[in-house]
Amino acid sequence: MKDRNLTKEEYQRYSRHIILPHLGVQGQTKLKAAKILVVGAGGLGIPVLLYLAAAGVGELGIVDFDLVEFSNLQRQVIYKTEDVGKSKAQLAAKFVKEQNPLVQVNEYECWLDSNNALEILGDYDLIVDGTDNFPTRYLLNDAAVLLDMPYIYGSIFRFEGQVSVFNFNGGPHYRDLFPEPPAPELVPNCSEGGVLGVLPGMVGSMQALEALKVVTGVGEVLSGKLLTIDTLTNMYRSFRFGKRKDQPPITELIDYQQFCSPNHPLEEITSISALELKKWETTDKQYQLIDVREPYEFEIVNLGGDLFPKAKIDQYLDKIKRDIPVVVHCRSGKRSEEVIRHLKSEHAFDNLVNLEGGILAYATDVDPQLTVY
Amino acid sequence: MKINLLVFGIARDILGYAQHEMSIQSDMRIQDLKHKLSEEYPDFKKLAKFDIAVNQEYQEDSFVLSERDEVAIIPPVSGG
Repeated sequence: MKDRNLTKEEYQRYSRHIILPHLGVQGQTKLKAAKILVVGAGGLGIPVLLYLAAAGVGELGIVDFDLVEFSNLQRQVIYKTEDVGKSKAQLAAKFVKEQNPLVQVNEYECWLDSNNALEILGDYDLIVDGTDNFPTRYLLNDAAVLLDMPYIYGSIFRFEGQVSVFNFNGGPHYRDLFPEPPAPELVPNCSEGGVLGVLPGMVGSMQALEALKVVTGVGEVLSGKLLTIDTLTNMYRSFRFGKRKDQPPITELIDYQQFCSPNHPLEEITSISALELKKWETTDKQYQLIDVREPYEFEIVNLGGDLFPKAKIDQYLDKIKRDIPVVVHCRSGKRSEEVIRHLKSEHAFDNLVNLEGGILAYATDVDPQLTVY
Repeated sequence: MKINLLVFGIARDILGYAQHEMSIQSDMRIQDLKHKLSEEYPDFKKLAKFDIAVNQEYQEDSFVLSERDEVAIIPPVSGG
C-alpha cells in the first residue's frame, strides 16, 4: 500500500492542480490512490495515458496486443518512425514511466476476451476504452457492469467522435444506448473509413478529462449523456439517454465475436498466395479479380481488379461471377475475408478465394514497385 | 409538417446527407419514421436496433414527432 499523503516532490509536480479551487490536495490525493485501466494504446488510448500519467494517477494499466504500424504514425503521436514493428504496450509504458516515474505502470500484451477480462479489470477502479472494435466494446461494458465500475467510452469515425461515461453510480451503460451492434458489413474501421489525425487526440483528451472528474469528484460527469463531436461543422452536441426498459440484465460474459457477427459462422475459406496469383496471371486461367477496398485506396494502388467496395458489396452481386474462380482482395486480406464470409453465408457463393495478405503481400512477394500504404 | 433530421456516422453514407429538412405526415411516430427510411434505403435496416433522439433527448419508438422537431440518428461507431 502506497503512502496516500503527498510527498514534497508531488506537491511541486502537481502544484497547478493543487491550487485549483475545486481540486486541491484532496483531489490530487484521490488521483494518487486511483487505479485506471486503459484498454488500447492507439489513437484514443495515447492521449488518455499521457494526461492521466501527467496528472498523477497512482496506477495505470495498459492493454494492447498490437505492434506499431506505419499507418498508425499519422495519429498515434508518441510512436516514432523507428518504432514501427514494436509493441505498443511496451512503448507506451516506457513513455509513461519517463514522463512521470511516480506512476506505477502495468503492461498487458494480450488480447482482452471473456476469459481474462474480469481478472484484469478487477484490479482497477475504472476503465477507459481506447479500443477500435465492437466486440471489445461490448465486452468492456458487460465486464464493467458485472464489476460495478465506471466505463469511460470514446469512439471515432472519419471526422466524428462520441464520448460518454457508462455505469457511473448506477447510471445507464453502452447497451442502453446501443443494445445491438450494426451489421458487420456496415462497419468500417479506421483502416477502411479513414480517420482525421487530430480527432482521436480530442476524443481521448475528453475521456481523460472525464476520468479525472470521476476520480476527483470535481464537476459534472458525462453520465446519461452522449456527446457527439463533428469536427467538420464544429457541432458539439450532447444527447440525454436513460436505461432501457427492455434491456435484459447482464449476468455473465458471452462470446462477443459471435454476438457482433451472428450470421457469419467461421467457415473454412480458400485462399491463394500472391505468388500463386501471379502464376494464374501468366497462364490463361479463367478467373475474376475483385477489389473490395474504397475508391480512394484503389487510386493509390491497384491490381486491376473490379472495384466493388465492401460496404456496398450487395449492390454488385450480379457482377460477381459464379462459374469461374473469383479472387477477392483488399489491402491486408482481412476485409476480403469478411466479404467472402458474407457472400458465402448470405448469397451462397462457393467459388471465392481470398488473396492472402492482400495487396501488401502482392507488393512484397511479386511486385515491389507497387505503392504500399 | 417538417422535421429537421441530423444524421451521424455510417447513416450519413446510407441516407446521403448529414442534415436534412424532411416533410412527414403529422402524428408520425419514431417507429414510422424508421419504417419510412428503411423502405427508401434498405441498408438503413441493417443499422439494427437503435434509438433516435428528439430535441437532444433519446425517445422510445412510440414517441410522436411534432412540427420542427430536431431528430438525430446516431448509429454506434467503433473506431479508436
